[in-house]
Amino acid sequence: MNLQQIVSDAIDKKGNTKDKLIEILLEIQSRTEGNYVPTESLKMISESLDIPLSKVYGVATFYSMLSVKKRGKYAIQICNSAPCYISGSSDIVKIFEEVLGIKMGEVTQDGMFSLEYTSCIGACNLAPAVKINDKVYGNLDRNKIIEIIASLRKGGE
Amino acid sequence: MVNLISRLCGKLDPLSIYDYREKGGFKSLEKVLFKMKPIDVIDEIKKSNLKGRGGAAFPTGLKWQFVSMEESDEKYVICNADEGEPGTFKDKILLDGCPFQIIEGMLIAGYAVGAKKGFIYIRGEYPKSKELLIEAVDILKKEGYLGDNILSSDFSFDIEIRSGAGAYVCGEETALIESIEGEPGRSRFKPPYPPNKGLWGKPTLVNNVETLANIPVILEIGAENYKKYGTESSSGTKLISVSGSVVNKGVYEVEFGITLREIIYDICGGLIEDRKLKFLQIGGSSGVCIPADMLDLRLDFDEFRKHDIGLGSGAILVVDENTCVVDFIKVTSEFFEHESCGKCTPCREGNYHIVRILKRIAEGKGSKRDLDLLKNISDVMQQCSLCGLGQAAPTALITTMKYFKEEYEEHLKGYCRAGKCTFKGGVLDE
Repeated sequence: MNLQQIVSDAIDKKGNTKDKLIEILLEIQSRTEGNYVPTESLKMISESLDIPLSKVYGVATFYSMLSVKKRGKYAIQICNSAPCYISGSSDIVKIFEEVLGIKMGEVTQDGMFSLEYTSCIGACNLAPAVKINDKVYGNLDRNKIIEIIASLRKGGE
Repeated sequence: MVNLISRLCGKLDPLSIYDYREKGGFKSLEKVLFKMKPIDVIDEIKKSNLKGRGGAAFPTGLKWQFVSMEESDEKYVICNADEGEPGTFKDKILLDGCPFQIIEGMLIAGYAVGAKKGFIYIRGEYPKSKELLIEAVDILKKEGYLGDNILSSDFSFDIEIRSGAGAYVCGEETALIESIEGEPGRSRFKPPYPPNKGLWGKPTLVNNVETLANIPVILEIGAENYKKYGTESSSGTKLISVSGSVVNKGVYEVEFGITLREIIYDICGGLIEDRKLKFLQIGGSSGVCIPADMLDLRLDFDEFRKHDIGLGSGAILVVDENTCVVDFIKVTSEFFEHESCGKCTPCREGNYHIVRILKRIAEGKGSKRDLDLLKNISDVMQQCSLCGLGQAAPTALITTMKYFKEEYEEHLKGYCRAGKCTFKGGVLDE
């Protein structure tokens, strides 16, 4: 599906009013390869909803779940809030970086994985926890991380 | 532990209206619609002494009264399901366990204040809970509990589900309202408060998930019976979320009046690996850090207030001796630096500079002047920030500088007792 199609589908589904902007952006992001809201789509939304482009861009960059930069097919978000910190989230960051061979904020060369921080995802009972796309993985350690990455790689290829 | 508000969670299929009715669901709604005037409902809630469970502990009945007194054809009820306070995951239990109970609370609130439309604003990090809510609303529409002339009465009410997209500040009610309107979630100037001018400028009631889940229970058992739970100043129960270095992390419903010691050692089984408790952070990242010698405090709004503690969302983070206070506060401050919406200067710049200074101290480059600066900046933020985020952001910093002053001072001398901070010449021994 091309981008124009994705954008108009999202607007049809969520509603053609200004207050639905965030819902529309989330919808586009979930349907776009690379887990992001491409800059060109912002222009299309701006025209369809009759909102200034600057405003659409403002909303798309204000909310942490929305990204205007291309991410991995699996966007790995590591919680860096206090409860996960107490349970060792900084070690988890190192392990992910090592296993994937990329740094925080980067995407693997094959476009499969990206690493970023997130604020509390409400999985503090499973700390340290990460969110990969819509799914939460908790009580992480090195073995578990290796296992998760391997199974996602298998499922994705 | 008690089972009052969360008594149905896990005991029924969350989407079975049959199960819910079987267990007494919608009885309170029926009672309200057919036997009570809106003013009676508000009186009953006021009598119950219910205080908001989202963090600010504002008397719920009074808030309802403010909205009901406004003259307007259009009013809104918003359920704040944007629990973003780090360490808080109690609303999720209610959202996933019994969405009908929350919606019943919203319906009763709508009837009491004269609103016909409600929104549930749920954080984007809970996609499954959101799907569940959408299904729950669809089912209730089909069953005649939502829509026009509910249960053939004159009362009509509809609910729309809206998603957040990862912004802590949207838990603040005016930022939440901005977000529903499709704007970046930046707090508004107050007054006017939402009960006067809220969503699209109309009178708006914003209540937390847990607060709304209390409503059907109060009306079912009556305010007097409800007040038998808890203490004189704090009626009812509270859902607390315990996390950190504790054996049993999780959400527990407790009666007000329980001590922190009972929560940590009796309910949660103490600290992992028998570590020593360093401090508790109460109410999430925006809450106070209190040392181990204050464990006998009772969970009670008045008793907490005497010690300048807010119960907040009911999050309790257990921190052990292996943690460096300075590093912990640095992480907390980085959170606020990231989550500040940037609208007001004290919060935007204050958090930025606090992080800078704490980094300096953690690297062993701090000076006595830095500690004075931290106090000064915190003071300005508390006094002058536009919303609760900026006002509460330095709370943990201020309280740790009070209770763990010597640890900050040690860092100035290049010593970190937890061995966490890496100084130029490595970690120094005493």
